[in-house]
Amino acid sequence: MLTFALTFGFTAMGLAMLLNIVRLVKGPDTVDRVTALDTLYINTIAVLMLVGIRIGSDIFFEAALLIAMMGFVGTVALAKHIRRGSIIE
Amino acid sequence: MIGELVVSLFILVGATFALIGSIGLVRLPDFYTRLHGPTKATTLGVGALLLASVIYFSALREGLSLHEALITLFLFMTAPVSAHLLVRAGLHHRVESRSRAPAEDHGHPDPEAPI
Repeated sequence: MLTFALTFGFTAMGLAMLLNIVRLVKGPDTVDRVTALDTLYINTIAVLMLVGIRIGSDIFFEAALLIAMMGFVGTVALAKHIRRGSIIE
Repeated sequence: MIGELVVSLFILVGATFALIGSIGLVRLPDFYTRLHGPTKATTLGVGALLLASVIYFSALREGLSLHEALITLFLFMTAPVSAHLLVRAGLHHRVESRSRAPAEDHGHPDPEAPI
């Protein structure tokens, strides 16, 4: 049961990240690309959690937390850069 | 046994929601609707996956394993903030909307004025 759920989860998350990359490459506007990157890092956290369940260890927790924090800071910095032209005023 | 079933259910629900959010990111017509998919569906999906991880590690080891809940809390706090900043950047950039509603004045009568 868990094996099937994990297989389904990995397949769905891989497909989701592929779709994000499609939007990242295609995106007609810069904000579209930033949105795709934002979704990509959130999906990466989900994949790391699935890998953690699969190998039965929580060593990926710190990596997931770091990706969450750095991704948020990156999105905020990119959004501010688009709006203002500078990040720290 | 029942724990495995619950974990599997949460993984199925979470992965499905994350996939639906990403499909919305590709399929929806303009930027403002495209932002809608990731910020709601993907955040909910990742929340369900993290909940599955909490239940799994709490059942595997003795005691409650709550540090995945930390990531959930952090994501649920930061996702609306980053979505808000992205929408404001898009409004500043004058990204076109496919909505048939008449264009709204966002409180900036001068189009050249910085938002």
